[in-house]
Amino acid sequence: MNENAKARINGILLSTAHKIGLFLAMTVICLPGLWIVLASFRPTVEIMAKPPVWIPQDLSFDAYIAMFSGVGQGGIPIIEYFRNSLIISVTSTAIALAIGMAGGYAFARFRFKAKSSIFLGLMLTRTVPGIALSLPLFFVYSKLGIIDTHFGLITAYVALNVPFTIWLIDGFFRQVPKDLAEAAQIDGCTRWQAFWQVEFPLAGPGIASAGIFAFLTSWNEFALASQLTRSVNSKTLPVGLLDYTSEFTIDWRGMCALAVIMIIPALVLTFIVQKHLVSGLTSGAVKG
Amino acid sequence: MKGWRPPAPFLLLLPAILVLAAVVIIPLILSLYSSFTPFRLTQPASLFTLIGFRNYVRILTDIEFWTAFGRTVLLLTVALNVEMLLGLGLAMLVEKATRGQRLLRTIMMFPMMFSPILVGFQFKFIFNDNIGLVNNALQSLGLTDQAIPWLIDGSLAFFAILVAEIWSSTSVFAILILAGLLAMPKEPIEAARVDGCTPWQTFRYVTWPFIMPFAYIAMTIRSLDVARAYDIVKIMTDGGPAKRTELLWTLVSRTAYADARMGLANAMAYVAILLSILFTVYFYRKLAAARTQIAAEW
Repeated sequence: MNENAKARINGILLSTAHKIGLFLAMTVICLPGLWIVLASFRPTVEIMAKPPVWIPQDLSFDAYIAMFSGVGQGGIPIIEYFRNSLIISVTSTAIALAIGMAGGYAFARFRFKAKSSIFLGLMLTRTVPGIALSLPLFFVYSKLGIIDTHFGLITAYVALNVPFTIWLIDGFFRQVPKDLAEAAQIDGCTRWQAFWQVEFPLAGPGIASAGIFAFLTSWNEFALASQLTRSVNSKTLPVGLLDYTSEFTIDWRGMCALAVIMIIPALVLTFIVQKHLVSGLTSGAVKG
Repeated sequence: MKGWRPPAPFLLLLPAILVLAAVVIIPLILSLYSSFTPFRLTQPASLFTLIGFRNYVRILTDIEFWTAFGRTVLLLTVALNVEMLLGLGLAMLVEKATRGQRLLRTIMMFPMMFSPILVGFQFKFIFNDNIGLVNNALQSLGLTDQAIPWLIDGSLAFFAILVAEIWSSTSVFAILILAGLLAMPKEPIEAARVDGCTPWQTFRYVTWPFIMPFAYIAMTIRSLDVARAYDIVKIMTDGGPAKRTELLWTLVSRTAYADARMGLANAMAYVAILLSILFTVYFYRKLAAARTQIAAEW
């Protein structure tokens, strides 16, 4: 066998191995999610069947219909949960973005004393585990009487989201050249005008993706929500998921259906921002 | 001092600092105080009895606490390392792909959208001893004929939790490392190849130093949020059976809400907070160092 043929076979082998590896990795990533989606369409008997039924015989929307048909008929107050989740996530995201924009701009454009320690300090407030924070928050909230209200959860989520929002937005503002705003100021803009008419539009997509990241954090949060909510007044979807569990049994099908409902908004939003998210996180990794 | 205006960055940062002070710092000071009292939710008066370091002495001499602590550190160490390696592998596989890279990247982000509590349920379902995908597959393939008690046996449950944790967070590493690989200039690799480096040497001395800051960004982001493992464990095993998968966070939650011993739980929570801070500061330092190095070399 000559050198050429050897090299060619080697190349084919390598690329096949690469394809197989890629396929396996993607399968492992997708399979758990797809399994949930599939289970939500199958009747409980089929999920529970022994020996297992591998090829679905009977697919239906029954689980979804049951979920929306109200308490008592196998449903849960899903509309209320969805509404609570939406109100809390959107409001807390909007506030966190406003605060994060101010903070991110300060880090990106000004020099001040102890800048990096302040930055690290802000980040460290985010490291406090939700469950550890929930203990004093639970106490304070019950004294203030804001347990089980939208206001309480919104405030908590704003604080949860601000540090990371600042980090991301700082990165996006750094990508906007300083000279542009300075040129605008020389042309007679105030700093305020220069910000809104030059820097803000340029950093806009990045800020939007920071917002979506904050939205997802609030949408998915469980540790705080599980302690600070009580009833349909403020329970969010992740807490609502527990409605399908009882002491000894779990309604797997219903839970899978709710999981699908929860994941769809997250899925759509992540697709929209994926590109900006990565560039925001890594900006400054190389430039320092 | 007439006409003194506070500096602009201070004004801009003020809202952030106010919110964080109100929701994080002040409650944490309160919980620090209550960790020195025998506070129980059922006895409000107990908030005003100081008992010094007794709570801390108690947890530091408590074997149950140290077991949970050790298990948490073990989980984090194993999970972060495996995530890092798998993420690196995945990023390199995707980077090598010639077609469909956009699609692959989108699929790669898939686990990131799952809320940790969903990840918990999902893997509780998959590892269920009776109807779970894993056992069903093993039995159908004839590898075993009994139901493996994935979530009931202590070390198997730990493994199952580890799998769930790794599944959910590997993509963070993969995505950021991929960003690093794509941002990397191609000339140094070609130069290394021309100079006769083996692929391993090229990777070790050219590629790896370049993507290191990206890996540390991922590490920092992950360590900001390590406690999300709480949601997963809470759902999968809730620290059970018989505390065989108890982590620091589930222990805190049980002590506080099931036993209503807030003072003691707050003392434990402080240990958990310190652990998170330690992880984050460590990676943040590494990140800063890697950034300056890369800035100097490239």
